[in-house]
Amino acid sequence: MPTLADLEGRIPAWCPGCGNFGILRAFKQAMIELKLSPHEITVVSGIGQSGKFPHYTKCNTFNGLHGRTLPVATAMKLVNHAMPVVAEAGDGDCYGEGGNHLLHAIRRNIDVSLFVHDNQIYGLTKGQASPTSMEGMMTKINPHGVVCEPLNPMVFALALDCSFVARGYAGDSEHLTRLMKAAINHKGFALIDILQPCVTFNLVNTYGWFKQRVYRLGDDYDPEDKEQALQKAAEFGDRIPIGIIYRNNRAPMNDRIPLIASTPLVKQPFEPLEVAQTILNDFF
Amino acid sequence: MARVFARAGYHVFIHQDYESRVRGGHNFFQIRFSDRPIMASRRPIDIVIALDRPSITNDQENLTASGIIVYDSAILGQTYDGPEFFNVPSVEIATEDGGSKIMANTVATGAVLGMLGVELTIFEDVLKGSFAKKGDAVIRQNIVAARRGHEFARHHCTRCAFSAAAVGKPLLLIDGNAAIGVGAVMSGCKFYAAYPMTPSTGILNYMASKSDQYGILVEQAEDEIAAINMALGACFAGVRSMTGTAGGGFALMVEGLSLAAMTETPVVIALGQRPAPATGLPTRTEQGDLLFALYAAHGEFPRIVFAPGSPEQAVYLTNKAFELSHKYQVPAIILTDQYLADTQWTYGGFDLSRLPYTDYRVRGEAYSSLPEYKRYAFTDTGISPFAVPGDGPHPVVADSDEHDEEGHLIEDAETRRGMIEKRLYRKLPLLRAEIAPPVLYGNPDAQTVFIAWGSQYGVLREATERLQEQGAAMLHFTELYPFPGTEKFDYLAILRKARRTVCVEQNATSQFARLLKAETGFSCSATINKYDGRPFLLEDLLGELDAHLG
Ligand SMILES: Cc1ncc(C[n+]2csc(CCOP(=O)(O)OP(=O)(O)O)c2C)c(N)n1
Ligand code: SF4
Repeated sequence: MPTLADLEGRIPAWCPGCGNFGILRAFKQAMIELKLSPHEITVVSGIGQSGKFPHYTKCNTFNGLHGRTLPVATAMKLVNHAMPVVAEAGDGDCYGEGGNHLLHAIRRNIDVSLFVHDNQIYGLTKGQASPTSMEGMMTKINPHGVVCEPLNPMVFALALDCSFVARGYAGDSEHLTRLMKAAINHKGFALIDILQPCVTFNLVNTYGWFKQRVYRLGDDYDPEDKEQALQKAAEFGDRIPIGIIYRNNRAPMNDRIPLIASTPLVKQPFEPLEVAQTILNDFF
Repeated sequence: MARVFARAGYHVFIHQDYESRVRGGHNFFQIRFSDRPIMASRRPIDIVIALDRPSITNDQENLTASGIIVYDSAILGQTYDGPEFFNVPSVEIATEDGGSKIMANTVATGAVLGMLGVELTIFEDVLKGSFAKKGDAVIRQNIVAARRGHEFARHHCTRCAFSAAAVGKPLLLIDGNAAIGVGAVMSGCKFYAAYPMTPSTGILNYMASKSDQYGILVEQAEDEIAAINMALGACFAGVRSMTGTAGGGFALMVEGLSLAAMTETPVVIALGQRPAPATGLPTRTEQGDLLFALYAAHGEFPRIVFAPGSPEQAVYLTNKAFELSHKYQVPAIILTDQYLADTQWTYGGFDLSRLPYTDYRVRGEAYSSLPEYKRYAFTDTGISPFAVPGDGPHPVVADSDEHDEEGHLIEDAETRRGMIEKRLYRKLPLLRAEIAPPVLYGNPDAQTVFIAWGSQYGVLREATERLQEQGAAMLHFTELYPFPGTEKFDYLAILRKARRTVCVEQNATSQFARLLKAETGFSCSATINKYDGRPFLLEDLLGELDAHLG
């Protein structure tokens, strides 16, 4: 079982007060509670402030390209389904640059957990609008304010019958730890959209703004009720619910491939001499 | 039909010509067979099997003096007069006793074999194999159909003077795409992700068809960006992986290629060229992406680029691409084109012992017993140990940002310098030493040396053999990057000695001739370029080469 010290990574280069710190804290706590040592989990990240995340803890890490976390994570799960795989992405990263991959990860229902650090802004590139920026938000390149409606990732995921749809809040790490554990334990694709204040560039969606709005879904809330889930997913205004909004038990893709039903691909031996005996038969 | 010739011991060469549409259009196969090895298509045709009217108008002029055009007036809706025409009522014969119209094909094949004087036994075996899943009744009906066609031809083809008895041991018949697949499977490839695109879809099909038998996970990606990222994720997780595409898809993969380089994650990419820019001529051929394959992607890093000239070379070079990619942890590109992808060649077999497999990964016990681990440790060779995540107690960290030995992102100048030196300066000379020189076919003192790369191998080799007496030889390049040095074979001395050096390429800008000049300083005295999307036929190439012999 790992201790907090085992999960100590490099010193974060985030701005003091950044919501990412709350996410990091929640993640480490989830690792401790799930008893996952650094070599027993793989984190794939993209590029952005969130992309640096795995460097600030300890885990198998593939810090790949902006927007491309999910194809990498998908293949990792197919090759070694015994290893928990988490993708960490930004809102620009995975709702913008890599949107197509999100659609298909949900469709495949690959057993990967996607944690989106949703700060409703492009942090690393210094403050441009993101797909989740609210209408009217002023940025350097939107002098008249953002003119498009934001993407609601919860409604989007639900419409595709994503097998685990949750919203978390970086300011409530204790709750977020629980969500992360549930997502990792869930068999199938799990999306947690984590509301993450960016204290430097997003002066609209601040801790104060969230504090007035965010509330935990109660114990009586049934995440298997899809109609109710749609209502909760759409709720993003004066009140913003956090928790598991929707869950189903569609079989994950990696459970539906006979080739890897008993043994992970990475543990299957390659016997060149055996293959050589038959491989040319097709051509005579 | 080609399989019948191959099983009878004939050398066969087939090239396919098809339009970019699913039904209709004028499509054809050219099947050439011989008792000697052959490796190109020819212009003159002995037998045309016309399934549509354009076959007759297009091919009549290429018919040899004793050639025959076989057709079924019921299919073409017209009869033709002339000694070269032979009407085989295949539909009528097929449906004689209530049989199915589909069997007209079997009748026609039987008829052609009859015209050639080939016994039916081998064809009957082929039919048994092809229809094994459909049951005995279907097999029996097809055999009857074949026999009727055969008999019809024996009785009615007065002009048929062919006699093609079996000549030897059965040969195998394989196309370029399947050859890459065979090479990949034999190299331990366990994961293939791709998005369909002609001419590389055949590799995807082949890998999928072998998935169950050899334990290969095949995934149709949502796009080529996903395909290459999946291949990298699969490799990081511990297996050998590959992707395949054409120029357009490769363009989308380019950022991923750079990611492979930065994270030092091995990947093999099959790039089947077709005429471009953009969508170009989807089902036709060109060698227009050589410089693109060499220079694609941002940043400076070593890569491997191989261009096989035949299915046999494709098997061996795919294996070598895997071995070197994994040994040096660099990306490898196998550059083919529609012509090589779709042509079928015959061989006695392959020397599968020439396909080494070395597991370069640190896995299992070897990893779990390590006291510490750094993914990008500095070493004399520049090659760092690449562990399988989960096998040992240390995490494996890869980063697309510049990173330190442990894989964590850095900004400092010194580490950056060290990493460039590791990835590029240390690995590149070692990689270059693994590269085989080009192969000379013919006399080293030849007055005229034809130069080719990749798929021009077959047709140019046959042409050069015919021009040997006139002092011609051929130099063929398959291992293009790192560009071969002259230590193992001083090919430059041969080129410098020759009076004429002619580079034959299927592109408009002589990309290889320019690469040769850039890498060695040597300028070819002339170039032959073909950029109409069609492959060279032997006689056409001979005509062009003749003009250079002077
Ligand atoms: C292909 C590509 N395009 C653009 C960039 C530049 N870039 C880096 S991060 C980023 C967006 C960051 O926003 P987000 O994904 O929301 O992450 P955050 O930094 O806010 O956590 C962009 C545009 C890049 N690295 N790669
Ligand atoms: S810019 Fe915003 S998201 Fe990035 S570290 Fe600073 S506060 Fe966090």
